[in-house]
Amino acid sequence: MDPAFFKVNPASGIPIYLQLMDRFRHAVESCLLAPGEQLPGIRTLAQQLVISPNTVVKAYTELDREGVIELRHGAGAFVLDQERHRDRIKEVRAAKNLVRTAVEKLRKQGFANDEIRRFVDAELNLEAEEIRSGH
Amino acid sequence: MVIETHGLSKQYRQTFAVRDLELAVPEGSISAFLGPNGSGKTTTIRMLLGLARPSAGDGRVLGETISDEVASVKIRQRTGYVGEDKRLYGYMTVAQILSFVRSVYPGWNHDREHALLKRFDLPLDRKCKKLSKGMRTKLALVLALCRGADLLIFDEPSEGLDPEAAEQLLEAVVQAAADGVTVFFSTHQIAEVERVADRVFIMNRGRLVFESALEEIRESYRRIHFAFPGRAPVQEMNVDGILSLRAEDHTLSLVIKGNVESIKQRGQALGAISIDVQPIGLREVFLESLAEDPP
Repeated sequence: MDPAFFKVNPASGIPIYLQLMDRFRHAVESCLLAPGEQLPGIRTLAQQLVISPNTVVKAYTELDREGVIELRHGAGAFVLDQERHRDRIKEVRAAKNLVRTAVEKLRKQGFANDEIRRFVDAELNLEAEEIRSGH
Repeated sequence: MVIETHGLSKQYRQTFAVRDLELAVPEGSISAFLGPNGSGKTTTIRMLLGLARPSAGDGRVLGETISDEVASVKIRQRTGYVGEDKRLYGYMTVAQILSFVRSVYPGWNHDREHALLKRFDLPLDRKCKKLSKGMRTKLALVLALCRGADLLIFDEPSEGLDPEAAEQLLEAVVQAAADGVTVFFSTHQIAEVERVADRVFIMNRGRLVFESALEEIRESYRRIHFAFPGRAPVQEMNVDGILSLRAEDHTLSLVIKGNVESIKQRGQALGAISIDVQPIGLREVFLESLAEDPP
């Protein structure tokens, strides 16, 4: 796979291992990485991205724990073939469509991208606050 | 821990070059050692290698005591070191010095030697005394990276390297770490550290003023800007996790660690009309930690 796909931003305020996990999850959910396919080696990916191999190890270990990939001792990391992945792929597609429809509707009503983004953020923040205050 | 020091100090007459240093460098990590010129980085590195004697305190490198002259020989045997003075035999050619050093170290990595020589484009027939500063650094790096060391200690390795060579050095560092080698290097290149390092140690005036995993900086350090309708309530903003606080009329700018939500809430409760949270890079962390005067 093109290493550019896994490009990370060290100054974005998001731990690099989380960025990597996101990239891989996305690659699996969008079938860029097929079930059973081997992920790049820890060494190879670390060298291609010029990041610490420990960061790659951390990302792979966490993905293994989440059941997205499987670390086979000595053989490397492989995408897991699981029913729930296929379900997840469908869910992600449906969710994206839902958001697309909502965004299109709001645009037709004359809202700008920044405004729409703020609506979504406000909604997410509101939810977070309700969880915190126990509602 | 591959490097561990306790109360490590070096005193020259009345001045402390290094004072009460507590270092802990985990095995297999890439650790960066930052600090302004004269902050004690080189003195620390020289003590770790047994090249300078501590005035107080002690430490262990690869399990060997640094103040013990016999043990420190073992440290130097197992450590690839590139310092400011690249001691190369001036009368030898690049090829001669390579074959000489190769013969001394049984763990010499031939594949890496070929790869690095190709990348660094070193003139094999040239005498070491005729090498440019950048080429001397490259040669010293090749010698340190290929000898099969368990620990690499570099003192400002990218100094004098062109951008391309500096990038190749970073790749070599990543490669060494992938082989389980611990890397500890001092530098002024904050952007490079931000990319490859697992941990960062910041020195100022002989003291360790900051230490963190890079991922923790990304995860928990933030800058928060508040704007208030009236004068910024500095006194009331006393919440855990605030590392620094700057007020100017209506605005309050904080550097915080963790606890973002409670600090935001306090701001809201104090009537803030705008709250802006931003990630903070290593450069800012560096400048903030120098701004605080060590005791």
